[in-house]
Amino acid sequence: MAIISPVSVSLDPQHFRTSVTTNIDLRRISLKPPTIFGSKLESREIEQTHSRLSSFNSSACLTMKASREPPGLTQELNNKPEGLADTENECDLFKNLKHRFLSFKKHKYMENLEQYQKLAKAQAPKFMVIACADSRVCPSAILGFQPGEAFTVRNVANLVPPFESGPSETNAALEFAVNSLEVENILVIGHSCCGGIRALMSMEEEGDSSSFIRNWVVVGKNARLSTKSVASNLSFDQQCRHCEKESVNHSLLNLLSYPWIEEKVRKGVLCIHGGYYDFVDCTFEKWTLDYKESNLKEESVEFSVKDQLFWC
Amino acid sequence: MARHYNGSVTDVAVQGRLKKFLREKEELDDKIKKLTIEMEEQQSPEYDPVVERIKNGFIHFKINKFDKYPELYEQLAQNQHPKFLVFACSDSRVCPSHVLNFQPGDAFMVRNIANMVPSFNQLKHSGSGAAIEYAVSVLGVKNILVIGHSRCGGIERLMTHPEDKTPPFDFIDEWLKIGLPAKAKILAQGDVHENKYEACAREAVNLSLVNVQTYPYVQKAIAENKLALRGGYYDFVNGSFELWDLKTCISPPIII
Repeated sequence: MAIISPVSVSLDPQHFRTSVTTNIDLRRISLKPPTIFGSKLESREIEQTHSRLSSFNSSACLTMKASREPPGLTQELNNKPEGLADTENECDLFKNLKHRFLSFKKHKYMENLEQYQKLAKAQAPKFMVIACADSRVCPSAILGFQPGEAFTVRNVANLVPPFESGPSETNAALEFAVNSLEVENILVIGHSCCGGIRALMSMEEEGDSSSFIRNWVVVGKNARLSTKSVASNLSFDQQCRHCEKESVNHSLLNLLSYPWIEEKVRKGVLCIHGGYYDFVDCTFEKWTLDYKESNLKEESVEFSVKDQLFWC
Repeated sequence: MARHYNGSVTDVAVQGRLKKFLREKEELDDKIKKLTIEMEEQQSPEYDPVVERIKNGFIHFKINKFDKYPELYEQLAQNQHPKFLVFACSDSRVCPSHVLNFQPGDAFMVRNIANMVPSFNQLKHSGSGAAIEYAVSVLGVKNILVIGHSRCGGIERLMTHPEDKTPPFDFIDEWLKIGLPAKAKILAQGDVHENKYEACAREAVNLSLVNVQTYPYVQKAIAENKLALRGGYYDFVNGSFELWDLKTCISPPIII
């Protein structure tokens, strides 16, 4: 097998100022009380917020105008962001990536050189995020996590296998994040129209066990069971939606099956949160596991949530 | 005059109703004010910087991306057709959405410790297998890109353990065993590498590209010329990115 020698694309950057200050006075954010079937809702604090986003982050220059871009970079045309959908040619595809990296280097890396140099020495993220591998739900995009903020695991259907299932990709990352990096928060984010959850819900009882997808999503079988038990009268799409949220809750429970996680949650140095991103309506729900009020020892486990929020 | 008489009666009636409506509106306005005050007085949650951080991030995304490109996001809500399957490290500093500016819809992305791809094994690593199966067989991605990076904690652990005699982790060391061939190769090459960890990080990318070809659907797609494999390396110390191809070539036979 021949491996072609690497092409390095580090160039001397031109100093280029495009930081845009955004002063946006936001309308009141309306809240609809979220419903999460199967879990006891602890507190429904309705939050009315009037937020002011001022220079959100000078490195997040998302409103670049075409005239400010240096020549040679892909420009925002026809009201579409720089997506890869239009590049058919493979050669163009990688030229595009090169431009993107150079753009990142000029507008983010060099603009915040001190910060990046500090990060190069060590990372100290406060979050660990477990999200789906789906191309539409990158947590950096939808929640704006910047470099250094979130240690991220992405797998099919954002599942967390329990401690008893033995070593896997996800729990190796959990171990590192919790025991080495000592993150303070774990956030498991589910999303709408999840193919993995759909596969879980459509799974036959006796199915093709050679399929990796099947062997993986079966981690979420308890979520499927509880969905079927409460939502079997709903349409399949609605059941899938219910299961998407239910599987986040089951993942939170599975997190607590790890002794070093449970210990930290009990001591209050680690919080675990669930989230749900609906990309059809562009809404985000977030809730936190209320460890103290949860009853995790009994056979039928009940857990409580608190600090529920809904943003739309 | 009859008309005039009717007109003034109508006027009076209208005036009366108008007054009634205005009064009702005032009462409703008062009620709304009271409710608003009540809700504001309700104990609001304490300011939580964690929550504020996430909320501001989401709002920023919604205003600057989702609401700005409705056609794109409507289409994405229906289905995804990413061109890439990306394997990247979970390290908080190397998200490909930043480094390579991947937009929603561009890349089906797996992130794990040291961005590794285990070889095909139906008894374990179903998480990675599921992602490859889904991306290649269901979504039909055209490119697989494995991206390594500088100062990777996973690679460092791979290179130093168990020789450093530190106690083993429950799960991390088991996962990192996937990278053992890369470690062996770098150690066998002796002192030719100035920095063995960085060399191992690049070698581990190549190892992952080899491993990914052990999956039957990947082999099939490559044979049909529908899939390309590439390796990448993001060096955040020097601010550089390397990109390379992996191609199989069969040399002409020697006739014995």
